[in-house]
Amino acid sequence: MRQEELTIRPQGKTEEYFINMGPQHPATHGVLRLLLTLDGEIVKKVDPDLGYIHRSIEKMTEHDTYRQIVHLTDRMDYLSAHINNEAVCLAVEKGLEIEVSDRVKVVRTIMAELTRLSSHMLWWGVTGMDTGALTTFMYAFRDREMINDIFEETCGARLTMNYFVPGGMMWDIHPNFQKRVKEFIAHFKTKLPEYDLLLSDNVIFRKRTEGIGFLTKEDAISFGVTGPGARASGVSCDIRKKQPYSAYDRVQFKEILGTVGDTFDRYRMRILEMWESMHIIEQLIDNIPEGEIQAKTNAVIKLPKGEFYQRVETARGELGVHIISDGKKSPYRMHFRSPGFANLSVIDHVARGWKVGDLVAIMATFDFVIPDIDR
Amino acid sequence: MKNENIKEIIQNWAPDLEFTEDSKEYVTVVVPREHLRDFLRKLKDDEQTKMDYMFCLTGVDYPKYLEVIYHLESTTLGLVLVVKVRTEDRDENCVIDTVSDIYRTAELNEREVFDLLGVRFEGHPDLRRLFLTEDWVGYPLRKDYVDPVNIVNR
Amino acid sequence: MYDFTGMIQGINNWLHSILPDMAATFVGWVLVGAIYLAIFAVLGLVLVLAERKIAAFFQLRLGPNRIGPWGLFQTVADAIKLLLKEPVGTTRADSFLYNLAPYFVILAALLSMSVLPFAKGLQAFDIDIGIFFMIAMSSLGVMGILLGGWASNNKYALLGAMRSGAQMISYELSVGLSILTIVLLSGSLKMSEIVTAQSDYWNIFKGHIPAVIAFMIFTIAGTAETNRTPFDLTEAESELGAGFHTEYSGLKFAFFFLSEFVNMFIISAVAATIFLGGWMPLHLGGLEGFNHLMDFIPGIFWFLGKVGFMIFLMMWFRWTFPRLRIDQLLKLEWKYLLPLNLMNILLMALIVLMGWHL
Repeated sequence: MRQEELTIRPQGKTEEYFINMGPQHPATHGVLRLLLTLDGEIVKKVDPDLGYIHRSIEKMTEHDTYRQIVHLTDRMDYLSAHINNEAVCLAVEKGLEIEVSDRVKVVRTIMAELTRLSSHMLWWGVTGMDTGALTTFMYAFRDREMINDIFEETCGARLTMNYFVPGGMMWDIHPNFQKRVKEFIAHFKTKLPEYDLLLSDNVIFRKRTEGIGFLTKEDAISFGVTGPGARASGVSCDIRKKQPYSAYDRVQFKEILGTVGDTFDRYRMRILEMWESMHIIEQLIDNIPEGEIQAKTNAVIKLPKGEFYQRVETARGELGVHIISDGKKSPYRMHFRSPGFANLSVIDHVARGWKVGDLVAIMATFDFVIPDIDR
Repeated sequence: MKNENIKEIIQNWAPDLEFTEDSKEYVTVVVPREHLRDFLRKLKDDEQTKMDYMFCLTGVDYPKYLEVIYHLESTTLGLVLVVKVRTEDRDENCVIDTVSDIYRTAELNEREVFDLLGVRFEGHPDLRRLFLTEDWVGYPLRKDYVDPVNIVNR
Repeated sequence: MYDFTGMIQGINNWLHSILPDMAATFVGWVLVGAIYLAIFAVLGLVLVLAERKIAAFFQLRLGPNRIGPWGLFQTVADAIKLLLKEPVGTTRADSFLYNLAPYFVILAALLSMSVLPFAKGLQAFDIDIGIFFMIAMSSLGVMGILLGGWASNNKYALLGAMRSGAQMISYELSVGLSILTIVLLSGSLKMSEIVTAQSDYWNIFKGHIPAVIAFMIFTIAGTAETNRTPFDLTEAESELGAGFHTEYSGLKFAFFFLSEFVNMFIISAVAATIFLGGWMPLHLGGLEGFNHLMDFIPGIFWFLGKVGFMIFLMMWFRWTFPRLRIDQLLKLEWKYLLPLNLMNILLMALIVLMGWHL
């Protein structure tokens, strides 16, 4: 930067300059490039540059069978892998008009809630790390290991599970599943208050997040923001309540809405959601009904002509799977409405006028996973 | 049933709109290109529908034309409507009016459709490619897109 | 208490007996300088490893344990790595200032350390204005950081250096004022006198309320002086790369890196000396038997123990708290700590005047 660009002109004007919060950056949770226009420390404009991890999943789905597509989806938002798989399976089952057994529904719900807990744990650890409390990352991962071990025992993998298939599950749950989940819930119930207090009772963290980055309710709806980010602004958008799928119609849980819509509210939403997830798991884990694991489907699934849309609630918000089928074994067009995409579009609107440090805190609480946005 | 309600309301406004039966779940209506903005504006403002939330914007490539599908929902009334718009052809005249001032979520979504399918949106504040680099030639999500280097066809 | 003055006088006399006057003085200087450089090196070694082991302790893991038993030679390996690195400077950097900057921080650290009393009589530089000299010398470090950021010709380095400069200059005020509070109590600026004046009670017990407040303010301001979390905005890894030392690598980076730890040692040593009694054991005025028992542990161990406690405290801060934003940081200093400090000085003056101290 040349010396003239730094001089404050006699009239007191300053110049704006560009900073690249580049694809490799510890705080952008993936390969996201943000072009920031700054005036001193104040953010004037945020321009996201996407596409660094665009793998053209939607084009690939046009050449794969429906069973193969399920394997593509859990690489989209890898922190909600089970829920992504569930979305595609439900869409295909909707098209074929088959009914899965109760056992499958309950196991799908338990797995989805465990995934949500795991994703929110990682989010909590990373939020602490972004604002400077580096220890939270270690604590979060230690508890995630327990969930990963449960997944590994039943599904065989820790990250890309591929446990759900259109029609049911691949194989039955492991005999140890119920015991280990109960142990984990008992352990986590004692830990979560401690973790929560570590950040939310800390005056430095409160000063970094309270009163920062407001998102009004009308803006949240207009930008299509969903998930805890929108619920903090007062938008009631939980798909598990609006259009219950799997076993969500037989469990009791609260949908938590915030009032203020600032960064601390978004933080609080996720912590309270973790409590609700544990509540749901507790209601289901003791009586998993007996039933068959897979409904009868053809080896090669062909959906009838038409359009099918399935909405699920991932850890980040509403995921929509839109299938346009023309009767063949691959869809004519498949579109994923990813929650991160809409959440990212609101960053420019929310972060204007705040400082660079606030931008990091705001992005941490919106919880982006970039492969979800770029697909 | 909510679907019947929304069908009645729209038929009251414009009796000759075409309803398709593609989706068994949602009411689908095909709107001519000229009336798109007015239709969506009315859907958003009218007291009976109050559709303020667009939850999906999809672009589809058909042999003769390109189609953009909007999924709209009302957060207060719970009504869902699917609106489809078709372009005139696939080359010079694939232009559709933008709705990004009615629904802010369309800003990024329309950029994605422009990037991957080539539909130009008239009046968009900042229409440039989203995922691909600025100098990319072609629209990859179209059915006739050939790329001998990057795409392997078996 | 074993008095090192005798030993040091003895060495001085021996040198003067075998060499002419000027040469003996000169060799004396070189000897003291070499000892201090050795202390510097050993401190760097120990503190870097201690930081990693303590971080591991807080994060429920083990820390480095491969190189040497309990990872004792980890820092040696780190130092060798840093020395062997290619010193990648930029071609557009101002080469004179770029090379000069690290030396400022080393200079500031070494000069500040020279007035610390390690044990009775074991002090390099016992001048009448001891503590005042120390504050003045530690301000030199700011120049090194600003020079380093500016001369790197890099946007991020400049941002980091500006933030750091503003932060350090502001918090020097608080450090100075809390030291002033204790000077009011002890009545002298000379370091050795401050320590011997605590032979009946430590200063933190003596000047009860204002001394405790001054201690807390000093700890906060001292952590900010050394650019450690929660005030480490200048090296905020999550935000701007590496702050003012982005463009440095190899030996020059090692200087910046080590000087941060040595600064931490200096702040802890000053806190230990003026608040917790330095090398003076824990004496409770009047209890002769207890005091006699405490005297069995040599002064140097008391000193190192207190400094160790303060360093552990500062490392505890680093691994627990998030970091403050730059405007919150400056607001804390100018709107809260400074007025509090001024009122504290008045309170301490009142207590000394009325004789209400212990």
